[in-house]
Amino acid sequence: MKQSPLLSAENLVVKRGKVTVLNVDELKVFTGRTLALIGPNGAGKSTLLLTLAGLLPMVSGKIYFQSRQVSSFSDLVMLRRNAAVVFQEPLLLNMSVEKNVAVGLKFRNLSRAQIKNSVDEALAYFGIEQLAKRAAKTLSGGESKRVSLARAFAIKPKIILLDEAFNSLDPPTREAIIDDLQNILQKTKITAVLALHDREETLRLAHDVAVMSEGKIIQQGTTAQVFHQPINEYIANFVGTEVILEGVVKKSEAGLMEVAVSGHIIEAVGDFKTGQKVCCCLRPENITVSKTVPEKISARNVFKGKVLKAARQAYFYKLTLDCGFVISAYITIPSFDELNICEGDTLAVSFKATAVHVIKR
Amino acid sequence: MDLILQGIIKAFHLIVSFDPEVISITWLSLKISGTATLISLFVGVSVGVAVALNDFFGKRLVISIINTGMGLPPVVVGLFVTIMIWRSGPFGFLEILYTPYAMIIAQAVIATPIVMGISLAAIQNLPPNLRLQILSLGASRLQMVWVLVKESRLPLLAAVMAGFGGVISEIGASIMVGGNIKGYTRVLTTATVMETGKGNFDLAIALAIILLLLAFTINFLLTQIQQRQQSR
Amino acid sequence: MKIWSNIKRPFIFAAAFLFFISACDLNGSGQKNIILVTTTSTQDSGLLDVLIPLFEKNTGYFVKTIAVGSGQAMAMGQKGEADVMLVHSPEAEKKFVEEGYGVNRRLIMRNDFIIVGPADDSAKIKGVKSSAEALKKIAEACALFVSRGDYSGTHAKEKTLWKQAEINPDGQRWYQETGLGMGQTLNVVAEKKGYTLADRGTYLALKKTIPLEILVEGDAMLLNIYHVMEVNSKMWPKVNAAGARAFADFMVSKQAQEIIGKFGVDEFGSPLFFPNAGKKVEDLGK
Repeated sequence: MKQSPLLSAENLVVKRGKVTVLNVDELKVFTGRTLALIGPNGAGKSTLLLTLAGLLPMVSGKIYFQSRQVSSFSDLVMLRRNAAVVFQEPLLLNMSVEKNVAVGLKFRNLSRAQIKNSVDEALAYFGIEQLAKRAAKTLSGGESKRVSLARAFAIKPKIILLDEAFNSLDPPTREAIIDDLQNILQKTKITAVLALHDREETLRLAHDVAVMSEGKIIQQGTTAQVFHQPINEYIANFVGTEVILEGVVKKSEAGLMEVAVSGHIIEAVGDFKTGQKVCCCLRPENITVSKTVPEKISARNVFKGKVLKAARQAYFYKLTLDCGFVISAYITIPSFDELNICEGDTLAVSFKATAVHVIKR
Repeated sequence: MDLILQGIIKAFHLIVSFDPEVISITWLSLKISGTATLISLFVGVSVGVAVALNDFFGKRLVISIINTGMGLPPVVVGLFVTIMIWRSGPFGFLEILYTPYAMIIAQAVIATPIVMGISLAAIQNLPPNLRLQILSLGASRLQMVWVLVKESRLPLLAAVMAGFGGVISEIGASIMVGGNIKGYTRVLTTATVMETGKGNFDLAIALAIILLLLAFTINFLLTQIQQRQQSR
Repeated sequence: MKIWSNIKRPFIFAAAFLFFISACDLNGSGQKNIILVTTTSTQDSGLLDVLIPLFEKNTGYFVKTIAVGSGQAMAMGQKGEADVMLVHSPEAEKKFVEEGYGVNRRLIMRNDFIIVGPADDSAKIKGVKSSAEALKKIAEACALFVSRGDYSGTHAKEKTLWKQAEINPDGQRWYQETGLGMGQTLNVVAEKKGYTLADRGTYLALKKTIPLEILVEGDAMLLNIYHVMEVNSKMWPKVNAAGARAFADFMVSKQAQEIIGKFGVDEFGSPLFFPNAGKKVEDLGK
């Protein structure tokens, strides 16, 4: 992180009428990383995104692109030419898919052959080569979204900005598009800023997270940092109470995977390929603890863990355990008393393979 | 009744036999109204787009004025154009009263607000973020305007046809500034009125039928366009 | 190639535009233009369609014929908006010349006015010799009389006749004004089965389509006399004096006079106009 950021902003203030809708002290987007902007509706995610893309006038503040302040109009054009925005709506033009994807390239007066190459490449990224000749207005929602993404990628931007791009898509389509996007972001190492709404999307796509509220950035850091230390209730709810463990698939067979997490193997259901980076999500209420290692148990995952902390909640205890990785477990007050748990004890921790929710990274 | 029937029969005869007089009047009408429409297309679309895309003080007033202009009575236009260009008027030195140019000017003045109003509405009806989307793909301002204009090509086509339909069937201004000079400024509408006055009902009916056919064609195409837009 | 594809469409527009512009004749400007204001009766009869092409061929001038009522024609001449006038409102013409607006007023031709009406002739004016007498009868019978009401030469003549009959028809229920040209007014009269004063030329031209009959004719009062006048270029420097003179000269020329004398013979059996160039008004109709 010693490198200088690709795009950064200082003291941005944007007003709509007399109302300040954005007031950001500092934001840095580093080359090759994906930053997620999260926060409730109206927090200013879209405004920030459009301002970063040089599309909204700001009252004050500075934007730096490639360490150079965007001050003159030609700087602004430079920024716009290197930043591609994908809006919530597909905003396709009333022409063929091919021509839609070519639009940005035509603005740059590229040769016909160059345009054709880039268009074909972008269509292939999103698996929509077969739609090339179709009229944009005949496409389904998911197809339109792919085209609008392909159009943004076709111009080979240095940075891509997506504004809640997956809203209003049905779950399977959404899933498939996120898959493709994830692959492309990894493959092209393109820098991206995404305004997101969903925990899983954030986990899958983002390296860094900036949390927004009322036009301000209230927390910024890597995804792990932010998720492990939610700064407020919204983030806590957004993150959920789950335990999130990063790992790599070591073996995948017949719907059962072995995921290496901090030197331990967790078994989980799923069929990701070996070598796939994943997150394992566990809900604390699905984790069982016992004084001794249980025998003949259906749970596939049994570990030994040291109680780091036992915190009394309203109707249960929340235990924080170190099994080589840190997880949380909820147990009722009677159980807590019966087992006579103290901080520093070593307990057997077990959970079923089906309780592990595995997300691609 | 006989008169009408005979008139219609002779009228069809005049049309299908490509009567030189009928052809020349029709051709002149098309040329004058076509040129006027082209001018109104340039002026109307540029001003319409400029007003739609820019925020400025008094924008609403300007839009109201344009919308009022869409219903500008042709005779009023005819009167003002005449006053402007007669020999003692401010543009008298041009010596264009009773020429096709005067008719083109008058008809362009009539059609321009129509084209302007429709193109203004068409651009305003595009999704608000589309402008930003196009800019973010690297368009210059001119490229963006061109894409927006292309995007609203169907309503613009409708605007052009509405303008053309308005001016080709218009008589008040045409006769005032054109003077109905044979082979020079005599167009379908002025000729129809004159031939009726002369009692040449067959020729008048023939001209009326052609005017009707033109009006029908325009409306038919307009309807097609609107249908296509709805199916979008 | 690339540049071409970018400017292609505007280029096509521009090309189409130039085509349309060039398609409009360019002889509409310069000193070769003459604005002729004339009455609707000369245009509606078709006489000018014969005379003007010939004049244009002889001289190379381009004549813009504006057919309006004589009243409007005078107004246009007064403002210098016309170069030469062919009109039939002798009283107004004399005043026009006296006031210095017009010069070189010359007699061209005559035909006559007639009073036409429906065949059943409810006012019983058929055969009445005096036109003033006939109008009196129409007024007495309260039969519908349709006036041009457009300050044309015909309208002026009609007013003179009413004055002679000592009747003021304005505002009477049986008296209506159309404000239209002669041809259209005749159509209205035929439709409403009324009476009107018309020039013989237009009536003959329309006779085949309208069921009106000539009821009064031949009265010396009913003479319809056409003069040509040039607009005074000393008053209005923009007036095309040479062109106006050329046209006026052409109208009194032997060639034009012969055409006038023959015009309409083929179609109606009798001429619509009688050429009278060089004669005196007082000698006409004798």
